[in-house]
Amino acid sequence: MFQVRIHGRGGQGVVTAAELLAVAAFAEDRYAQAFPSFGSERTGAPVAAFCRIDDHPIRTHEPIAAPDAVVVADPSVLHQVDVLHGLRPDGYLLVNTGRSAAELAISGAVTARLCLVPATDLAREHVGKPLPNAALLGAFAALTGLVRLDSVEAAIRQRFSRPVAERNIAAARAAFDIVHAAQREASNA
Amino acid sequence: MSVQPVKFYQVGSWAAGNRLLRPEDRSVQADPQRANSLTSGHRACQGCGEALGARYVLDTASRVTNGRIVAVNATGCLEVFSTPYPESAWRLAWLHSLFGNAAAVASGVAAALRVRGDRDTRVIAQAGDGGTVDIGLGCLSGMFERGDDVLFVCYDNEAYMNTGVQRSAATPPAARTTTTPVVGAVPGNRFGQGKDVPRIAMAHRIPYVATATVADLRDLEAKVAKAIGLRGARYLHVLVPCPLGWGTASGDTIRIARLATQCGLFPVYEAEDGTVTATTPIRRQVPVEEYLKAQARYAHLFAPEPRRDLIDAIQAMADHNIDEYKLLDGE
Amino acid sequence: MLRQIEGSRAVAEAVAACRPQVIPAYPISPQTHIVEALAELVSAGSLAPCEFLTAESEFGAMSVAIGASAAGARAYTATASQGLLFMVEALYNASGLGLPIVMTVANRAIGAPINIWNDQSDAMSQRDCGWIQLYARDNQHAADLHVLAFRLAEQLSLPVMVCMDGFVLTHAVERVDVPDQSTVDAFLPPFAPRQVLDPGDPVSIGAMVGPEAFTEVRYLAHLRNLDALERIPALAKEYGALAGREVPGLVTPYRMVDADIAVVALGSVLGTLADAVDSVRADGIRAGVLGITAYRPFPFEQVRQALRKVRRVVVLERAFAVGVGGIVSADVYSAIRTPLWTVVAGLGGRPVTAGSLRGMLREATTDRLKPLTFLDLDHDRVRRELRAVGGAR
Repeated sequence: MFQVRIHGRGGQGVVTAAELLAVAAFAEDRYAQAFPSFGSERTGAPVAAFCRIDDHPIRTHEPIAAPDAVVVADPSVLHQVDVLHGLRPDGYLLVNTGRSAAELAISGAVTARLCLVPATDLAREHVGKPLPNAALLGAFAALTGLVRLDSVEAAIRQRFSRPVAERNIAAARAAFDIVHAAQREASNA
Repeated sequence: MSVQPVKFYQVGSWAAGNRLLRPEDRSVQADPQRANSLTSGHRACQGCGEALGARYVLDTASRVTNGRIVAVNATGCLEVFSTPYPESAWRLAWLHSLFGNAAAVASGVAAALRVRGDRDTRVIAQAGDGGTVDIGLGCLSGMFERGDDVLFVCYDNEAYMNTGVQRSAATPPAARTTTTPVVGAVPGNRFGQGKDVPRIAMAHRIPYVATATVADLRDLEAKVAKAIGLRGARYLHVLVPCPLGWGTASGDTIRIARLATQCGLFPVYEAEDGTVTATTPIRRQVPVEEYLKAQARYAHLFAPEPRRDLIDAIQAMADHNIDEYKLLDGE
Repeated sequence: MLRQIEGSRAVAEAVAACRPQVIPAYPISPQTHIVEALAELVSAGSLAPCEFLTAESEFGAMSVAIGASAAGARAYTATASQGLLFMVEALYNASGLGLPIVMTVANRAIGAPINIWNDQSDAMSQRDCGWIQLYARDNQHAADLHVLAFRLAEQLSLPVMVCMDGFVLTHAVERVDVPDQSTVDAFLPPFAPRQVLDPGDPVSIGAMVGPEAFTEVRYLAHLRNLDALERIPALAKEYGALAGREVPGLVTPYRMVDADIAVVALGSVLGTLADAVDSVRADGIRAGVLGITAYRPFPFEQVRQALRKVRRVVVLERAFAVGVGGIVSADVYSAIRTPLWTVVAGLGGRPVTAGSLRGMLREATTDRLKPLTFLDLDHDRVRRELRAVGGAR
């Protein structure tokens, strides 16, 4: 079972991201469970959403205490919420930012599988709104290989109207390509 | 041979049972073939204004709809005295749910009829003042606001009579009830409280609101007929004296109701979409004293010491109504 | 159709397939997504003929359902927590009048203190009101139970409450085979009321019943309720055959055949328990789970049978009786009459983790559990509070 925790603020599409991830896994005939950190709906407040993906039926309904991957959709929560809590030593950490790890004060000791993507910039460019979730999903697909990009695209198409879906898919693809390129570069280095 | 004196009475043309009128001018109650929706054998007190009012209202509704009505009844005297299991005095389709929800239950019945494609069957919700103005107000307002196709009739005897005469928000100032006893400086119910539900109904701008009493049968029947002829949320507020709670003679029910209108304390009017459209003028004005004196629930205003101050305050209320509703204008 | 779908949406679509005719709604977290989805379906005309009413309170909502049902329409609503309590008078009225209303309760704690998260206090507080109570173990079960509920309710002329853990199930996006219209139509015939408000054949419903007959009326309702114990398994089987899957009816045993210690529970925690049991089994603890779906009427015989060979019984409660202890425990104890342990877990939305459940099983196995335990109780916080109160005197 692979467990993901996504952190961000209300209004950034964090909950939707977890759901789309689950739908993407479903499209690949896998079992998935997505759920938000439940609370009163408030824009701007820190929120978290969760997603489990497995090849077997998922029975448990407990929260995700030891995620295999953490996605941070808003770097401003990095030092406000303990986003790294429980992350496995070799877990993935995907952060939406245009800055460097040093600037964000994330040390390499946290995890080797750190990935920084300017998802909000990509969203502004392709979607026209600062909603980073689609881009983050594209980046996530490239980073972990947990779901294919076309599954993410199918999930986006299922959820949004045609023009909105296509714009989000463009952002996802762009992020995917960036991460893929970085991985190739890293393995060539 | 003994002589049996026979008294002949000259009865006014508009008396309830007058069958000398043309058929179309006769009241529903004059018709021996009337529905008799609330039939005899129920356990109401002798002279109960509510039993009278309910019979008038439902028989009229039945006539106008050819018997296609469903009644939803709140808990209260009317429900209790009419359905002592295993008997029922109701000859129509009747549902009693709870005390405060008659309006909501009626909304549900109306929705069901709509869904089943039945446009002919009409829904009447009925409750006493308690089930309307206090505990029933939330559901009532909801029904008004949604514009559900329900005619809500409040039989107002100005207190919780079924449970032994406790004060409601319809209890008039100075009236004695068990929870507004005749003790202390201001005996009976306090001044400056109470809810004017017909006006609350009007504030919802529903198609039709009217007040009436059991003293004027034809007026009540006409208003019921008019209300049934309309669709949407409608409200009828009927004053029904309670001999037990008001301390009146059981034969005086109609006379007392008439006094309430003639002194101005109970204005009789109609309103449509939030505006008063018609009022029934006072035919022969009487001072409130004449009305109050006839009821033991106001006895403390007259003995041991006459409370001129309170009677004057009540007269001022009557005068205010006369002014506001122009009850003495013209005719 | 198999979908990755939010629990609330799955339930709304299952309910929609049952062709409800009147849906009164009043919002309260965490059921709102259900009635919102239904409002959307009604507005789009997918449910015609169906009337969707926004009620002025939960009391109003249940009252509308009562009127609609009495007038022959299939009625449905949803609520939780405070909303359920606000309509308590109407709950008793609906069951007393024998109206087959179906309602979803998205289980949530009851305030004060105000708490919007999941436990089963709300439905548990109404276990005696005469409604049938079914508890869903996951979203597939929740969807299926609603279809079952309408048929059961109308067969018995009794209202049915389908309970699903608020947020944990309602807001989880899981794989659900949402019952399709043809399956539901094959299982659920149109509503044929036992008695109905009809001017053409008038009846008086809701008479006043005195001491001479009240007991008998109640007893008859009890008998009809018990009847559900026979019908639920039969209906679950019939529906399961149509849907192509097994639908838990009364109780569901998991690894109970050779269980030395059994945990009895209701709702979503059953899934987490199954994982915990598999885990401790690897350590040699022969644990099993008895999941209860039908809580009212209580399946005494089935529970007795399932637990008869078990040495230790732990009842995992998602609510508790203040000043007493377990709620479900009392019913289980009546069934088995041997010592059992009550563990209260996950009040007010505190997560119930597999780790804690494993710990509980180990302690039970070694007889270190107290008769009444509050799982994951913050003892430090309790001590601090007690000290503070003690100091104040």
